[in-house]
Amino acid sequence: MAWTREQMAARAACEIRDGFYVNLGIGIPTLVANYIPEGVDVTLQSENGMLGMGPFPCEGEEDADLINAGKQTITELPKTSYFSSADSFAMIRGGHIDLSILGAMQVSQGGDIANWMIPGKMVKGMGGAMDLVAGVKRVVVVMEHAARGEPKLLKSCTLPLTGQRVVDLVITDLGVFRLAREGAARMTLTELADGVELEEVRARTEASFDVQPA
Amino acid sequence: MNKSFPDAAAALAGLLSDGMTIMAGGFGLCGIPMSLIEAIRASGVRDLTVISNNAGVDGHGLGILLETRQIRKMISSYVGENRLFAKQYLAGELELEFNPQGTLAERIRAGGAGIPAFFTRTGVGTLVAEGKEVRSFGGLDHVMETGLFADLAIVHAHKADSEGNLVFRKTARNFNPVMATAARVTVAEAEHLVEAGEIDADHVHTPGIYVQRIVHVPHPEKRIEQRTVRPAPRMEDA
Repeated sequence: MAWTREQMAARAACEIRDGFYVNLGIGIPTLVANYIPEGVDVTLQSENGMLGMGPFPCEGEEDADLINAGKQTITELPKTSYFSSADSFAMIRGGHIDLSILGAMQVSQGGDIANWMIPGKMVKGMGGAMDLVAGVKRVVVVMEHAARGEPKLLKSCTLPLTGQRVVDLVITDLGVFRLAREGAARMTLTELADGVELEEVRARTEASFDVQPA
Repeated sequence: MNKSFPDAAAALAGLLSDGMTIMAGGFGLCGIPMSLIEAIRASGVRDLTVISNNAGVDGHGLGILLETRQIRKMISSYVGENRLFAKQYLAGELELEFNPQGTLAERIRAGGAGIPAFFTRTGVGTLVAEGKEVRSFGGLDHVMETGLFADLAIVHAHKADSEGNLVFRKTARNFNPVMATAARVTVAEAEHLVEAGEIDADHVHTPGIYVQRIVHVPHPEKRIEQRTVRPAPRMEDA
């Protein structure tokens, strides 16, 4: 047993606090919006120039001028504001966004992240990922623990980096790991997913990690 | 001063030359200056360096300038939706410079504001920093990035007045206002063209000083890349 994509998204939603401004990446991170606890007031930022992202529109209400960073049609809310890409990334790089939840191909035990490029394959580009990991106050990665049997939590990343020592927390289908951005590089397993044993995590993880005492 | 021209070809007349650098607004297919892109295609101008967050899709947006091989180099942050782009790039026919999206936006902002270079945390320790000056501020490394300035910027606005004051709509704003500031000449296409005074001066997004020519494009085709909907609320729930 391990967490499903939905359960990983639900766990990531627990990192959101009342009043947070949050940027959600594409894939599992997008699902996090469905699990924001009731009573928690969150404002979602879309890096193409919008604060206060609303839900997908109903059929017939789509507006080609209103999309998110994944180019999906969305809607606005009473609190919504729009701004240019330069303002959007000033917001991101200036440390005004509280939390970024994004996917990754690899994360190292020191907090490096690789999520934009596989050498030898057609590279699509980093989009806003490098700005987000460098500028947002807290960076949470949600990813499968392994890809086709290959571990993704590594001693050091083998793929080209998106950012260096920028990850605070990693949520996989097997559990939750806390990373230290400052001081000695250190990764700590803080939670196990439902029905997952510590031995399974050890067997499927290349990175070294401590285990937080229960 | 009336800056409006009768059509896109007229608005670009005398501005295009082989080997020039053009900034093109838009994010994906949202807020792209499609009529101006079509006029550039029709002009046959070649060897273009195009600065744009994306490269359009096959058959639409900047994709139509790839079909005719008018683009020699793209400076972009993400080019994922374009098969022709991948084909030309892998064949070595197209140069590509990836910039992180925020670095791209800030390079354009800096170029428009007369700032030759700046330092940023974005890209430290990555391929993006290779060959660039790195300097420590407050104990943290920062990469030096340079400002971008183009020969021509083409942008899409929701509304323009005859003086070139522009208003954008929703997320179709994106790179358009910042690109308007960072080129020798900026040509704007606008869905609504009004007389000076009809836009509330407090609501102007791009002041007219940045816009030299305007073309009225009343009903542009607006494509949606990822049409995503939720189920309509059922009557019995109401």
